[in-house]
This record gives sequence, C-alpha cells and structure tokens, in this order.
Amino acid sequence: MPASPVLPKMVGERVKRREDPRLIRGRATYVDDIALVGMQHLAFKRSDIAHGRIRAIDTSAAERMDGVEAVFTGKQIAEFLAPMPIGTPFPSPEHRAVAVDTVRFAGEPVAVVVARDRYVARDAADAIVVSYDPLPAVVDVERAMTGQPVVIHADFKNNLAVPLVPSGTGVSADGSSVDDSAIEAAFRKAEVVISQRMVNQRLAPTTMEPRGVVAHFEPGKGTMTIWSSTQNPHILRTFIAALNGLGEDQVRAIAPEVGGGFGAKINIYAEEYVAAALSKRLGVPVKWAEDRSEAFVATTHGRDIVGYVDLAAKRDGTVIGLKLRLIADIGAYNMLLTAAIPTLTMMMANATYDIPAIRCTLTEVFTNKTPTDAYRGAGRPEATYFVERAMDMLARELNMDPAELRRKNFIQPNQFPFATQTGAVYDSGDYEKALDRALQVAEWDRLKAERDAARAQGRLVGLGLAMYVEVCGIGPSAGLPTGGWEHSQVTIERDGRISATTGASPHGQGNETTFAQMLADQFSVPFEHVTILHGDTGVVKQGIGTFGSRSQAVGGTALHMAGAKVKKKMARFAAALLEAHEDDLVFENGTIGVKGAPASARTFASVAAFAYRPVPLPEGLEPGLSEEAFFEPPNNTYPFGCHISMVEIDRQTGEPTLLKLVAVDDAGHLINPLIVEGQIHGGLAQGVGQAMIEEVVYGDDGQLLTGSFMDYAIPRAIDFPRFELEATVTPTPVNPFGAKGVGEAGTLGSTPSVVSAVVDALADFGVKHVDMMLRPEKLWRIINGGRS
Amino acid sequence: MSQNSITVTVNGKRRTASVEPRMLLVHFLREQLRLTGTHIGCDTSQCGACTVLLDGRSAKSCTIFAVQADGSEITTIEGLARDGELHPLQQGFWEEHGLQCGFCTPGMIMAAVTLLKDIPAPSEREIREGISGNLCRCTGYQHIVNAIQYAVEKR
Repeated sequence: MPASPVLPKMVGERVKRREDPRLIRGRATYVDDIALVGMQHLAFKRSDIAHGRIRAIDTSAAERMDGVEAVFTGKQIAEFLAPMPIGTPFPSPEHRAVAVDTVRFAGEPVAVVVARDRYVARDAADAIVVSYDPLPAVVDVERAMTGQPVVIHADFKNNLAVPLVPSGTGVSADGSSVDDSAIEAAFRKAEVVISQRMVNQRLAPTTMEPRGVVAHFEPGKGTMTIWSSTQNPHILRTFIAALNGLGEDQVRAIAPEVGGGFGAKINIYAEEYVAAALSKRLGVPVKWAEDRSEAFVATTHGRDIVGYVDLAAKRDGTVIGLKLRLIADIGAYNMLLTAAIPTLTMMMANATYDIPAIRCTLTEVFTNKTPTDAYRGAGRPEATYFVERAMDMLARELNMDPAELRRKNFIQPNQFPFATQTGAVYDSGDYEKALDRALQVAEWDRLKAERDAARAQGRLVGLGLAMYVEVCGIGPSAGLPTGGWEHSQVTIERDGRISATTGASPHGQGNETTFAQMLADQFSVPFEHVTILHGDTGVVKQGIGTFGSRSQAVGGTALHMAGAKVKKKMARFAAALLEAHEDDLVFENGTIGVKGAPASARTFASVAAFAYRPVPLPEGLEPGLSEEAFFEPPNNTYPFGCHISMVEIDRQTGEPTLLKLVAVDDAGHLINPLIVEGQIHGGLAQGVGQAMIEEVVYGDDGQLLTGSFMDYAIPRAIDFPRFELEATVTPTPVNPFGAKGVGEAGTLGSTPSVVSAVVDALADFGVKHVDMMLRPEKLWRIINGGRS
Repeated sequence: MSQNSITVTVNGKRRTASVEPRMLLVHFLREQLRLTGTHIGCDTSQCGACTVLLDGRSAKSCTIFAVQADGSEITTIEGLARDGELHPLQQGFWEEHGLQCGFCTPGMIMAAVTLLKDIPAPSEREIREGISGNLCRCTGYQHIVNAIQYAVEKR
C-alpha cells in the first residue's frame, strides 16, 4: 500500500475553529432563526411595578385583536403549570412562572399572549390592562434584612432566604457545630487588622443573543421538542418533562447555535416553561424571542454581594486570620442555582494563601429585584475580589510591595493537594511561578518607576496586582443536584470517519474543534474526519452541560474515555485481520498495523468496514464500533493566575483609562491555545467591565434604571488596551489530560487588579478603597476632596 | 394594518414585497426573506448585530423601516462572499479567532467593511473606534482587531 502522509499532532496546536465557516457566512441557526409551520408567537405582559398585589387584569381588548390566538393570565396558567422548581436544597418560596396574585419585581410576567406574529403579540400584550395595589419596594439589602420596609415572602422572616450559614476554621462540614477559638485567637494575636465593607455590585450578563425558545408539542405522538438558547439541554429536558407531565423519553431538547451564555443560560426560565405548556395545551408550535429590554429584567443578574472583610496579620506581612461576612442580594425569587452561588464565595475565601484561621458567614436576602444566579465566575470573582482587595490594603498599610506580600503568604507547591479552611481540596498549584511570570511580563519594577515618574509630573497613574485561584471542572456529583459527570459516545462509522457526541453543550467555546483535535490524535486520523455532535438530547444520549469551566476537564475526559473504549475494540478487529495480538498494534497516520512492521498495516477505514461486516466475527466480539463513557471527576480542578493592571485617571474629569493589563493564567495543559486565549480575553473584558463601567442600578421604588444598552455599559473595543497574555502550566492530577478549565478565569484577577490600580493612583488623596464601578464622578469627587 | 409595496435589491437579487409600514428592515430581511444571518441583539441601536450594507454603507437595520429601504441595494452577511470565495474580513475572522458565539459577528463584519472602505489602512486605534458601534461580549475585541488587520494585509 502507498505510504500514508504523516498526520500533524493536533492537541496543543492553535487550530482554527471549524465552527466558524457557518458563523462568518450567516449560515448558522440560532433559536430565533427557527420557523415552523403554524408557529404562534408569545409576548409577555410584565409588571411595571416592583412590588404589589394584582387587583385585576383586563385582557378583553387583547383578546379581540385580529391575529390573537389566546391570552392567559397567571391565574389561568397556574391551573395547568406547577410552580417553578429550583436546583438547590435551600427552602424556597413558591415561584410561579407567571405571577398569580403578587408581583415581586419590575418585569415579572403577569400574562402571556399567543398570536400570529411578534408584532401582533406585542400589540396585544400592550393592550392588557393590569391594576395593582402597590406595596413598598424592598431595595436596600441591609435594610431588607431587618424586614424593612416590608417582608416580601410571608414565610421568610426579615426577607432572609438563607438566614446564616457559617463555614471555615472550627465549623463542622454541615455547619451545625461552630468553634470560634481559632479565629478569635488569630485576631487577638494580630498586629494589624484591615477591616473594610466592600460591594461586589450587581451585573447583567448580557449575552449578545438574548434568550429564546421554540416549543413544539405534537399531540399525535405525545412528544415535545423544545429548542432553547441554553447551556444545558439535558437539564432543560429534565425540568420541562417534569412540569409537563411527560417522561424524559418524550421530550427532546435542542440547543441550536447559542449566542453566549456566561452562566445566565443555565437556568430553566419562566418563558421556557410557559412556551412548553402552551404548545402542549394549544397543540401548535410556539416561539418566544426575548428583547434586550426584556433581557435586562427577565434574565438573571449576577454578583451583588456585600462583603465585610477583616484581615488579621503580623507586621511582617504574615496573614494569620480572615473573617468574611457575606450578604447576598438574591432578588425576588430563588432560581435554579441562586442560593448556591454565594456559597462558592465562601468556598474560595482561602484564595492562594495559607491562612491558618478563616471564618465566613453567608446571609442571602430577598429584595424586589430580578433574581440573581450564575454569571461568569459565579461566586469565585467575589471571593477573589474581597480577599485581593484586602491584601492590597494590607500591603499599603504595611508599606510592602503587593507582590511581596502575596509571595510571603502563598500555599507552597509541596502542600498540594491542599485542604483549605473552607472545605475545598486544591488539586495542584504553583502560585509563585505565576506571580513571577506576571511580574516579568509586566516588567513590574519598570512599571513602578514609570508610575512614579508620571506621578512626579502630576499624573494620576496606578498599578494593581491580583492573584486568583478558582474552582473549575465542576464537578463531583455530590456538589450538583443534576450530578456532576459528563457523557460522551464515540462511534467509528463504517467509512472510517468518527462521530462523537458530548453532553458539554457549547455556546462559543469551540468544543467542535478542541474535541476533534483530541480524537484525531487519539486515533491518528485526519482532523477533518472527526465530527463532534452536541446540543440535542435526541442525538446526545446523556449530558449535564457547559458551565463552571467544565467542558474540557469533565466533558473532554468523558470523550477521551469513550474513545479509549472504542479504540480497544477496534484493535481487536484489527488484530483478527492482521493475525496479530491487539497489544502489538499501533494506530498511525490513518492505519492500524503491527508495531515495527508498517508494510502489513491496514487502513483505518478498512478495519472499520470489517467491524461492521465481520465475516467471520472474531470470537468474543459484537459487530460495530460505538462506545460510550460517563466521567465522574474525583475532584474539582483549581486553576490560578496573576493579573496586573495599570490605569491612569484624568485629573480634570475623573475618567479612568486602562493602560495595561497583563494576565498570566495557569489552566494546566491546553488543547488549543488559540481558543484558550479567546476565552481569557473575553473573561478579562468582563472583569474589567465590572471594575470600570458595569452596574445594574435600581431606584428606591425598585425600578431598574439601567434597562438598556444606553444605561448599562458593556465594554466596547475602544475601552481596552491590547491584553498581554502568558501561561504557566501546572497540570491537574484529576483528569488524564491535566486540563483545568479556563472559561471563567479572566473575570477573577482582572477586577481587583483594576480597582487596586485606581486606589493606587489615588493614594495621594488618602483613599484606601473605592467601591465598583469606578464611575468618573466618584473618582472626580475623591480628587476634588469630596467637593460636588 | 395597511401594507406597502417595496422593491429592494438584496445580495444582487431584486425583491418586491408587501410590508406593514412599521416593519423594521431587520424583520423584513429575517422573516420575509429568511436571511437570518443578520441578527437582533438590542432594541436601542447600540449593539450593531443587525448591521447590513445599505447602498454600500453599513447601517443598523433595526433602526430603519423596510419602507425606507424601498429602491435601495442591500448586502447582508449572506451576500458578502463572492463566487464561494470568502471576503477578506470573513477570512480574517476565521484565521484570527475573531469570534466565539458568533452572534455579533455578521454585524461586526459588515461594520468593518465600511470602516475599511473609509480608512483602507487603519491604525489599531482607528479600528477600535471604527467598531465601537458594535458590541461583542465574548472576545474582548482583541482577536476582532487582529481579524480586521488580517483583512487589511490580505486585500
């Protein structure tokens, strides 16, 4: 046979994405691009007040409009749709997809229209008249904790969704036994204590594609197909089936092209439940496509945690104790993971430091706002922010270089696996290496000289540095109500091409490319011969989904395991053909042959063909080449890194400009460094966005004041310098590729590094901390000594 | 609702259609012509996901009524590649990993077409300013800048 061309190794290469051709040509199908015969359109009438009792809803004018199929109020919907379930074990008030008698945030659905097209549906929703008896709006979270001005959910005294959960040193795993001696001793011994209240403000995730859903119940078959802009079609299937009286076998959930998720598309939302229920009830396909204005009120927000941070240290910079009291403003209801997100802030309070005593407490509070849930980083950026800002304040107090203070307190490489005071077991790490690399890339000493020279000229220039460690590769099943595994099935087709399914359902992460790289190497076949299938429960048998930076660490491992199984079976078929022992075979450049005897090799395709028409069938084998695997990770992964910022503040206007951002990230082994860079860039942009320009703001009446892109600023291209990226590589022992996950990393260190840089720039004004966002007005007031 | 007849040339093909006077151009393109590559990302003309070329210049099609486009020539993302050959900007976005979820990409590319028409060899600053009417939440823009620079070099 002719010599096979030598195939390039794919893993570790900057392979350009195979998703892109359809996307750059406008040939991809997002959910709002779907049109089905007879499809009706939904529009929701939403509450325009933050809190109140519904006195009456008049739908008559809407019902009379030409093209309106039906109108349902919350009360009518409640007759056939059960309350929305949540995915955490915390107690939760009843949450109806469409409000029945009380509205608890501006934007909560109160009625829904089914109509011929989206214009008619919107007209009809506008024609619905709702009258309310308004109630006082609960907006300020710390006032809400006292039950003022009013209690939102009758069974939740003082608006406490989660009254108080302790964690850390001296606290038993279930939180029932608390011993304060170690933490109190630490603060008694402290030579310096940093105490600061910090606000990690509310953010809007703002995927560029708003949410959307198409539901199609086929009465003849009794089955439902639901297309949704979701990060996790399998979880969607579970919940849609349960609330519609269907089995999971009777529901097919499809995530078509998904235009970004950032955690906000994990949830199963009211509109998805309603669309499914109405399609079932009316027997027609229905579509709902979210407007941006709707997205700001109807899609979950993120962050919104007040942290009271106390850091105890010796004068030499040794940190000996940390207290973190967290108050989370979770909005009006518990959504799928709402209550669990701030617990991750407690879990990651240990940061990258060996702190002997830590005490965290968490209180979660209802307010009359859009519910919060996961947003890129989900609890970990908050932990990083609180601890890193406090470390920065400590460095300033002790007049130490912020890098040297960190270095003094790091968990050392020989301490891994490292059991933290807050219940995590860090898998691997070398924090000093990441710090040193970042200092080197940023030219830290030169930057400091530059800053000082600028200051001498009267310019307000500052430097900020932050370390981070995050929990990724989520995660073992104990930590997730859905289970924390991932699934994959790898099939060698009759023609020798490979198709593989993954439950890790991407929305921009490029899994079609990275997973194909992995299989191409595993079988030594051309990359072009591998297809990755995802996002459809009718094709992908099982799955959890994409969140918590888990695609590669968990989904990639399941893929590799399924590949290994089918490879083993294929080797047995090849062994029969070659009259060799399977252990002596080598898969090389699209062939399978006996090691050291390449002339005898069979093509990969011919072995595949034999497996599907095995005459004679080798003993002990079934025909065919398709194997599946579930991977249950033994632990999370803990990537880490160091981000360094330089900012300049305009003395006249108070406007901060980001001059430099260096990011050194350690995500373990990388499958595709190009894609990893893209992930980090995006995370940095969102992290800087939080620091500098993003904030969801409510008025005292509970009205959202930042309800469009005119008022809620997401970063534009002009807002950034060129990011400078480097990587260190500390593999994880948790999975065979040693890959840790990278989707959220960028949001961790960038935010505190920018804020610390701004505080540094304002050092001459006696400022120790500035809460985000860094509005020019706020900085101008500091520069001008509080003058307004 | 009354209907108006309009005639437009979309991606080189003449189309006559009947539309409500209030129908937005983006809805006309997406729902009547089924050219769904043009996206809708906001309702205040900020995000630029709906950007198309209207008589050769980029325009946000969510801010134009279909009737206003009567008699115009429109190019959407589907019409940018010629004879199966990707436009240099499309090629640049692919080569430089200028997209992740891809939702902003068609609008971003169409905006960049006009940018490069106005400034054939823009500086990085000019590129960043030139695409600041288009929002991307995934990439942090750096690879988009690289993609546009790629197109400048390859043209």
